[in-house]
Amino acid sequence: MMPVVLWTDLLVWLLMAALVGAVLLIRRQPHLRAPWGRVARDPMAMAAALVLAAYTAIALLDSLHYREALPPGPQGEVHYAPEVKSVLDRLLAPLVERQEKSYSAPFATHAFARETLTGPDGQTIRDFPRLIHGGAHLADPVRDRAADILARLAAGLGGGLVIWLAWLGLRRGPRRRRHPQLPWRAMDVTLLALMLVVGALVALAPHYHVLGTDKVGQDVLYASLKSVRTGFLIGALTTLVTLPFSVGLGVAAGYFGGRVDDAVQYLYTTLNAIPGVLLIAAAVLILQAQMEAHPDWFETGAERADMRLLFLCLILGVTSWTGLARLLRGEVLKVRELDYVMAARAFGVSHGRILGRHILPNIQHIILISVVMDFSGLVLAEAVLSYVGVGVDPGMYSFGNMINGARLELAREPVVWWQLGAAFLFMFILVLAANLLADSIRDALDPRTRQRT
Amino acid sequence: MKGLKVRDLQVEIRSGERRLVPVDGVGFEVAANECVALLGESGCGKSLTALALMRLLPEGADIAQGTAELDGIDMLALPEREMRRVRGGRLAMIFQEPMTSLNPVLTIGQQIEEALTAHGDASQPGIKHQARELMTAVGLPPERLAAYPFQLSGGQRQRALIAMMLAGDPEVLIADEPTTALDVTVQAQILALLKQLQQQRGMGLLLITHDLDVARDMADRVAVMYAGQIVEWASRETLYQSPFHPYTQRLFQVLPAISRRGQRLAQIPGNVPGPEVRLEGCRFSGRCLRVMDRCRQETPAWRQLSPDHGVRCHLADGVDPMAAPVAAPAPSETSASPSAGEGAAKATGPVLALQGLAVHFPVRTGLLRRTTDVVKAVDGVDLEVHQGETVALVGESGCGKTTLARAALRLLEPTSGRLELLGRDIRQLEGEALRRQRAAMQIVFQDPFSSLNPRMRVGEILEEGMRALRPELSGQQRAAGLARLLEQVGLPQDVVGRYPHEFSGGQRQRIAIARALAVGPALMVLDEPTSALDVSVQAQILNLLADLQRQQGLAYLFITHNLSVVGYLAHRVAVMYRGRLVETGPAAELLTRPGHPYTRLLLGSVPGRGLPETPASVPGGQAAAPGGGCAFAPRCPQMRRECLEEQPALRELAPGRQAACLFPLV
Amino acid sequence: MSAYLLRRLAYALPILLGVNLLTFALFFMVNTPDDMARLHLGVKRVTPEAIENWKAARGYDKPLFLNVQASGSGVLTDTIFFEKSLAMFAFEFGQADDGRDIGNEIRTRMWPSLAIALPTFVIGLLVNISVALILVFFRHSYVEWTGVVLAVAMMSISGLFYIIAGQYLFAKVWALAPISGYQDGFNAARFVWLPVLVGVVGGLGAGARWYRTLFLEEAGKDYVRTARAKGLSEARVLFRHILKNGMVPILTGAVAVFPLLFMGSLILESFFGIPGLGSYTIDAINAQDFAIVRAMVFLGAVLYILGLILTDLSYTLVDPRVRLK
Repeated sequence: MMPVVLWTDLLVWLLMAALVGAVLLIRRQPHLRAPWGRVARDPMAMAAALVLAAYTAIALLDSLHYREALPPGPQGEVHYAPEVKSVLDRLLAPLVERQEKSYSAPFATHAFARETLTGPDGQTIRDFPRLIHGGAHLADPVRDRAADILARLAAGLGGGLVIWLAWLGLRRGPRRRRHPQLPWRAMDVTLLALMLVVGALVALAPHYHVLGTDKVGQDVLYASLKSVRTGFLIGALTTLVTLPFSVGLGVAAGYFGGRVDDAVQYLYTTLNAIPGVLLIAAAVLILQAQMEAHPDWFETGAERADMRLLFLCLILGVTSWTGLARLLRGEVLKVRELDYVMAARAFGVSHGRILGRHILPNIQHIILISVVMDFSGLVLAEAVLSYVGVGVDPGMYSFGNMINGARLELAREPVVWWQLGAAFLFMFILVLAANLLADSIRDALDPRTRQRT
Repeated sequence: MKGLKVRDLQVEIRSGERRLVPVDGVGFEVAANECVALLGESGCGKSLTALALMRLLPEGADIAQGTAELDGIDMLALPEREMRRVRGGRLAMIFQEPMTSLNPVLTIGQQIEEALTAHGDASQPGIKHQARELMTAVGLPPERLAAYPFQLSGGQRQRALIAMMLAGDPEVLIADEPTTALDVTVQAQILALLKQLQQQRGMGLLLITHDLDVARDMADRVAVMYAGQIVEWASRETLYQSPFHPYTQRLFQVLPAISRRGQRLAQIPGNVPGPEVRLEGCRFSGRCLRVMDRCRQETPAWRQLSPDHGVRCHLADGVDPMAAPVAAPAPSETSASPSAGEGAAKATGPVLALQGLAVHFPVRTGLLRRTTDVVKAVDGVDLEVHQGETVALVGESGCGKTTLARAALRLLEPTSGRLELLGRDIRQLEGEALRRQRAAMQIVFQDPFSSLNPRMRVGEILEEGMRALRPELSGQQRAAGLARLLEQVGLPQDVVGRYPHEFSGGQRQRIAIARALAVGPALMVLDEPTSALDVSVQAQILNLLADLQRQQGLAYLFITHNLSVVGYLAHRVAVMYRGRLVETGPAAELLTRPGHPYTRLLLGSVPGRGLPETPASVPGGQAAAPGGGCAFAPRCPQMRRECLEEQPALRELAPGRQAACLFPLV
Repeated sequence: MSAYLLRRLAYALPILLGVNLLTFALFFMVNTPDDMARLHLGVKRVTPEAIENWKAARGYDKPLFLNVQASGSGVLTDTIFFEKSLAMFAFEFGQADDGRDIGNEIRTRMWPSLAIALPTFVIGLLVNISVALILVFFRHSYVEWTGVVLAVAMMSISGLFYIIAGQYLFAKVWALAPISGYQDGFNAARFVWLPVLVGVVGGLGAGARWYRTLFLEEAGKDYVRTARAKGLSEARVLFRHILKNGMVPILTGAVAVFPLLFMGSLILESFFGIPGLGSYTIDAINAQDFAIVRAMVFLGAVLYILGLILTDLSYTLVDPRVRLK
C-alpha cells in the first residue's frame, strides 16, 4: 500500500491543524473566548456544528488517499494499482462493490427497466430482472421485503439508540458539570438524530440500495457520501487560498492609501468588471485545454482531477476576493484613524508592528465572518458550475455532477428522482447547517449586530 | 395638579437569567411653567427614566412598576394607541444628538408637518402656516423648511428638532442632554431658547443633564440621581446653597473653576457604578466620605427635610426638619498645593516652539483631480510651551486645535512653518532621527475607549512605547518601569495582565497617561483628556495631571473647550478661531479681562452665570469667511467697517498678552 | 454634471483596457492559438497543416502585437491584439466558430434575455422588499421567527432545485406551461412566466433576509426614535422613515446590476430553452468557442461600468446629501 497525498488533502489537513491551533489559542485568551462563548451557548449553532462535524468527518476520511499494492511481479518488484482510493472507500467497500447494471429505485429488489430474460424453462420474457445485490438475500422479495426492511430498520435504529444512551451515560455527566452553559439538550437531540440515521444506514445499506442506483448501477448513497468531500473542500479552501491576496491587498490599500490604494482599487474594479461565471469559465476552459495538451503532467486520474479541483478553488477565490478586500479596506481606513493607532505612531512604532499588533487583531473578526459566510454560497456554486460544464472534473464525485447526470432522466416515466433527491438533500443539510452556524458566528463576532440585540 | 407626576418608577432589563434595574423607584414632579432638572452622571439611569416616560424604552428594557401621571392620567397604563396621541402631543422629547436625530432624507418642513398632522387638524394651508410659525418660534428663518438636515449646522438642527416637538403644543417637554453635543456658544443659545419657550408657553420642562452649571441656569427644581435612584430633590436655591446629600455636596466641590486655581480639587473616590453592579445598603456608601456602618447594610428611606427639600440619606435621621439645613463640611484635602503655581519656570528655552505652523488640506476637483482649493485647518500659528507650564488651547469644534496638536507631534505633516522640540527643528526629520525625538513628546487622547487597543493587555500597552523608543532597556528594567508607572498614576500592580474593557473610563484614562509617561516625555499634548469623563472622575484625573507636572516638570499643551478646566489648570491660554490664534496670554488675566471679542463671547457662553439675553441665532462656526477681513467679523458684536477689509495680526496688548483684533477690548 | 460624467468615462477606459488585456493574455498568450486549434481538431494525429489552416480561417495566424512583415500602420494593426482585442472597443466582436457574426447574435438574443431577466428582477425586488417589510413590522413575534427560519432554509436550497422542481411540477405534471422554448411578441408570456416565477422564488430567501437586515439597521437609528417621539404610528414610521432611508442602498444596488440584466441568466435560459445571451454563453462554453466567451466578457465589463455610473447618478436622485462634483 502506498499513501498518496493529493494537494487538496494536504490543504484540508493543514486547515484542520490550523483550526485546532486556533481553538487552543482562543481558549487561552479571555477576550477572544467571550464571543465564541456566545456561539457555544446558541442551541441552533451547536446543533448545526454537530451536523457539520459529521460532514467534516466524512470529508476527512475521504482525504486520506492510498494506492493498493498489486501482487508482486515475476522479479518480486512491487507495482501499485493505478486507482487511488481513500479510507472512506475502504469503509464503504460493501457499497462500492455492489454494482448493479443500471438504474434501480431505493430499496428495490428489481431493476428499473424491463429486460429480455430467459426463464427457467428456456422461454424469453420481458420483465424487470432481479438486482444482483439489492435484496438478493430474500427468497421471495414480494412477500418478504417489507418485513425484512422493517426488521433491519428496527435493529439499526435500536443500535443507534443504544450507542446514544451509552454516550449519555458514559461521557455526558462529567462534561455537563464542567460546561453547564452549553445547550446540552439541543446537542443531545442532534446527536440522537445522527446516531439513528447512521444506525439505520449501517443496518440497511449492506443489503439494499437505500438511495437506489444510478445509470451505471453505482449505489447513490456511495456517490452522495463521496460528493461530500468535493463540496466541503470547495466551500472551505476557496476563501482560504485567496485569503493572503484579499487580506494583503485590502489592508495595504486601507493603511497606506495614496497610490497603493489607487492600484488596488483599479485591480479589483477590473476583476469585478468581468462577470464571475465567465471568468471562471474562461479559466477552466484554458486549464482544460492545457491539461489535454499535456497528459504527461499527471500520474493518475485522481491527481488530475485533484489539480482541477484546486484550480477551481483558486479561480473561484479570484472572483470573490474583491468583496473581502473592499470590506477590509474600509475597515482599516477606520481603524487606522483610531487613537490607539495614533498613540503607536507617536511612539514611532514601525508600520509592520502597527499592522500586526493594532490593525490585524482588530479586523480579524471581519475575515472570519467572511470565510464562514462564504462557505455555503460556494457549495451551492459548485453545483451550478458543474452543471454549466466548468466545475470539477466530470469523473469526480460531486453534487453538481450528480445533478447534471440525473436531470435528463426527469423526462422518463416513471421518474428517476432518487439521484437528484439524494444530491439536493445532502447539499441542503450541509448548506443549512453552514448557514445557521455562520449566522450565529456573525452575530457573536460582529460588534454591530451585537449592539442591536 | 397640572403637570407631570412620577411615582416609584422602576425600569428593568432582562437578559437571560439576569435582571438589571437601572432605574429603581424614581419619583419627582414637573409642574406647569416649571423647569425641573434631572441631574446625574453617566449610567445613573436619567435617560432611561425619560425614555420610560415616553414609553420609548430600547428593546429589552421594560417598565417594571410605577406610575407617571399627566394631569391625573397614568401614561404608563395607557394602551399604545392612546399613548401615541400623548407622545409628541401632550408630552414631547428632544434628544442629545441633533446630527442623527433627524431623518436625513426628509426636509425639515416635511418632518415638522408630519408632527403637525399627527396631532392637529389636517388642513394643508393651516399646517404650512403653523410650520412657519414654529420655525420663527425657534429662531430659524421659515425658508429653511425646504432644507434637508445635512444643510443645517448642529445648533440649527437642534432648533428644528425643538420645532418638531412643539408641534403638538406639549404640556411637558423632556430635553435629554440637549446641548451636550454642541459648542459652548451654541449651547448658550439653545438653553436660552428652551427657557424662553418654556416660560412663554407655560410648559413644564424636564431637563436631563450631567452639567451642574446648566442645571443652575435653567432649573426651578433639581432632582439629583445616583445609581438609579433620586438621592436629593430640592429647589434650585436650596440645592445650590445648602446641599444635604454627601454626593451632591461633593459634586459641587469637585468642579474645577478659576477660583480654585492652585488648590487641589476635592475628589470622589472610585468610579460611577454601572447598573450591573449590585449595591447593598446605600448606593453611594462605597464612595462616601461620611459613611457609617449602617449605610452599608440598610437602604436609606426617603426623608423630607422641608417641604421643598427631600433626601435619601441616613444622615438625615435626627435632623429637625424645621432646623436650618446642615452646612457643607469643608473638604479636608483642599489644602493648597503648589502644583499650579503662577509663573512656571521659564529659565530654559521652550520645550515646544511653533513658528508660522500651517496645515493645509488640498481639495481636489475636476477631471484630473487637480488641487483647486485648500482647507487651511491650521494657518500660521506661533506658540511656545515651556517646562512645567500648561498652555491651554481653546476653541470651538472645527477650529483646528486637534489638527494643530497632531501636526506639532508630527502625526500629521505640517505644510509650512517651523516646529522645534527642545530647541531642535524636527519638521524636516525623517525615519530613525524622527523616531528618536518621539520619546520627548507624547499625547493623551479624549476618548478613553478608542485610545487603548482592545486586543492588548495593559502590560503590553504600557510596554509598547518602551520597546519602540527605549530598546536598550532589559526586560527587568521594563518591568520595574511598569511598576513605577502604575504607582504614579494610581493603579494597582495587577492590572498588567488584564484587558482594557475591564476598566472604567477614568481608569482607562490613567492607563493612557501611564502609556505616554512610559517613554519619559518632556511635552505632553492632552487632547480633551477629561471631556469624556464624569465630573467626579474628572477631578481625579486633573489632580493626577497636576501632580505629575509638579513632580516631573512636564510641559502640557492642553486642548479643551471647557473654560472652567482652563481657569483651574492653565498657566497660559491660546484661543484659536478658524485655524489662527486670536488671543494669547496668562490665564488669570485673559479669562477675567478678555482682549478679543471672541474670547469674551466664549466666556459669556459658559453656563452657570445666567443665560444670555438673546436666544436669537447667531451664525455659528460654519459662517463663510469674508474676503480679506477678520474671520470673526460676521459673528462679532463690535464689528466695524475696517474689520471686513483688514485681517488683524496678533499684536501685543500688554507684556505677555496678544490679541488679533483691530479694536481690542483691553 | 457633464464634467462628472466625462470623468467617470475617463475612469472607465483604463478599466476596460485592463479587462481587455487580461482576456487577451488568457486567450492568446496562456492559451496559444495552436492550443486552441489542437483542442478543436483533436489532440492526437493532427498535422501542422491542419492547425495552420484552422488558424488562418479564423485570423489567428497573425503575430500577437507586432507584425514586422506588414507595412505602415499595419505593423500595429495587422495583429491579433489589434484585430481581436482592440476591435471590441468599437463593438466589433468578429465571428464565432460556426461563422456567424457575434455582434448580430448579441443584438437578437438580448431581447429574450431581457424578457426573462427584467420581470424576474423587478418582481423579485418588489416581493423581497414586501416580505422584508412584513418581517420588520412583526418583529419580535412568531411571524418574524418563522419567516427568518424559512428564509434561511430557502437560501440553503440549490437554485437548480427550484428550476428542476418548478419545471417538473408546473410544466410536466400539471402541464401549465411549455417545458421549454420561446416565441417572440405576445406569445412570449406563455414561455416566460414559469422561469420568472422560479427565478423570483429562488431569490426570495436570500433577498428578503438581506433587505430585512438593511431595514433593521435603519430601525435602530436615532431618527426613528424621533419619529416615534412625535407620536407617529408604527406603520407610518416603517413606511415613511425606515423604508425611505432603507431604499437608498436598495435602489442604488439595484441600479448597479440593472445593465447586467442584458446578459441574461445562464441557468434559467439553458433549462427553459430561451434563446437568450445566457444560453448563448453556455453553448459557447460547452463548444469551447473562445471568440464568443471573449466577446461576452467584454460586454459584461462594459455593462458593469455602466452600472457603476448609473449607481452614482441614482444616489443624487434618492439621497439629498449626495451632490456630484
